[in-house]
Amino acid sequence: METILTVSNITKKFGGLTAVKDLSFTIEKGNVYGILGPNGSGKSTTLGIVLNVVNPTNGSFSWFDGTTSTHDALKKVGAIIERPNFYPYMSALQNLKLVCKIKEVSEDKIQDKLELVGLWDRRHSKFRTYSLGMKQRLAIASALLNDPEILILDEPTNGLDPQGIHQIRQIIKKIASEGTTILLASHLLDEVEKVCSHVVILRKGEKLYSGSVDTMMASYGYLELKTEQSQKLISFLTDDPRFGNIEEENGMITVVLNEKMNASELNELLYKNDIVLSHLVLRKESLEEQFLTLTKTRSN
Amino acid sequence: MKRLLQIEFIKLWNNRSSKLLIMAYFALLTSIALVAAIKFDIGPIKFHLAEQGIFNFPYIWHFNTFVTAFFKLFLAIVIVSMMSNEYSNKTIKQNLIDGLSKKEFVLSKFLTVISFSFISTVFVFVVSMILGLIYSDYNEVSIIFSDLEFLVAFFVKLIGFFSFCLFLGVLVKRSAFALGFLILWQVFEGFARGMMRWKFFDSETTDAVMGFFPLNSMYNLIKEPFSRLGAVQSVANQIGEKIDLNYHVHWYEILIVLVWTWVFVYLSYALLKKRDL
Repeated sequence: METILTVSNITKKFGGLTAVKDLSFTIEKGNVYGILGPNGSGKSTTLGIVLNVVNPTNGSFSWFDGTTSTHDALKKVGAIIERPNFYPYMSALQNLKLVCKIKEVSEDKIQDKLELVGLWDRRHSKFRTYSLGMKQRLAIASALLNDPEILILDEPTNGLDPQGIHQIRQIIKKIASEGTTILLASHLLDEVEKVCSHVVILRKGEKLYSGSVDTMMASYGYLELKTEQSQKLISFLTDDPRFGNIEEENGMITVVLNEKMNASELNELLYKNDIVLSHLVLRKESLEEQFLTLTKTRSN
Repeated sequence: MKRLLQIEFIKLWNNRSSKLLIMAYFALLTSIALVAAIKFDIGPIKFHLAEQGIFNFPYIWHFNTFVTAFFKLFLAIVIVSMMSNEYSNKTIKQNLIDGLSKKEFVLSKFLTVISFSFISTVFVFVVSMILGLIYSDYNEVSIIFSDLEFLVAFFVKLIGFFSFCLFLGVLVKRSAFALGFLILWQVFEGFARGMMRWKFFDSETTDAVMGFFPLNSMYNLIKEPFSRLGAVQSVANQIGEKIDLNYHVHWYEILIVLVWTWVFVYLSYALLKKRDL
């Protein structure tokens, strides 16, 4: 696996506040990474550090194989952080030409990328006349100008309306499907769940988890069951080692699976044991539940 | 280097107010030629300023560089805002993320400052040359090309002043406040001079010490040319005053300004490097 970014033991203090604490992780080529964490958990600071705009108090990071200087490496990176920052008095086209000059790439791709984000028709409008969604899309076009090895997005859908959020997600999915490595910071869990293959979870600047989403959600899911014969069902489930924790709430029995089992299998088994179900659903735990368990257990 | 200048050119030339101010500045540099048109012709009193010797070589180099240097304030606004706008638009952050290093960023601004100073100097040279060729009483080549050190001084003076503006832009981050700070600094230097003269030194020592202050050292590069004018000298002679001033540009004055330039550019870079954006 080719390594794109290595972060080792980074700490950032703002006065007395520690925004990032001894953080290490690596980004491999071809994966889609999510940095998860509540507001103020150090996501943006971490990205700011690797993007050369925030100085780390301690620790180091290296791009690619570590032989290029950070600013040269950044020419192969596309990044959007928080708010799109462009020259308000310049048109989309002029702004992108400037970015091409900075990144030292040719201007041929401008049309391509503006069409990708649907702004080609508005290319001559000044940046300050754009809506937030358009600004965000222009930022994506600008980040893609150099066909980056990695695309870094910090809260790309923040402040957008549902339609805008949908548009941005579609664009991200399209880019991800083309094999571009993506690093996405967000506090919106479903957003990360929908597009990411790997996650780094932060809380108060500390890393709680880093690894693939599948490993994190390694459980076999859980069942929601309803029946007239609750007591019988519970005692049956308790005796079988294939079932874990059982909870009953308002007549609904929730049971965690210890090994793989599908719904029809269970239904057949229970029917043979004279238990008739009125409700049966097999659910996968969502990233949100995993995230909450993880942040909760660590805080105790 | 070409790339850095192009980057800065795109930023400046697409900004309408910067463009307007730059054009106004160069128009003003040319407007010194209009002085030639000042002509009173009221009955017996005939006065034509151009005939009074202000356009004589080599005096014209001194006169024109001194007068046109005042127009640099126009460009100062452009330079302060080109720096502070990067902060208020947060585009500096985007520039760095896009792969411009902090060093390149400061360098691109400084190169612009050098370009502005250089173009201004060439401009003043050409305008003065034309005016001189039309109105000067002396047209020998050796006289025309004497005293050209005033142009060097003019160039250094602009670079020094604009570097100061650049630094203020980085330091204060808001153009209006940065310009306010510039005025405040001028007042401070005046105040420092007053205090020194009053409490510590005699007039000469005060001048010498003041020569090390940034704005004062820039002003010292080109001394006022008016007392050198034939007409003024003869008037002074009549009332028994003898004006004896050293008009020349001294190497140590240039050195002081160059050191300040280095300090300002270096501090801008150091400040940028230290700050989190």
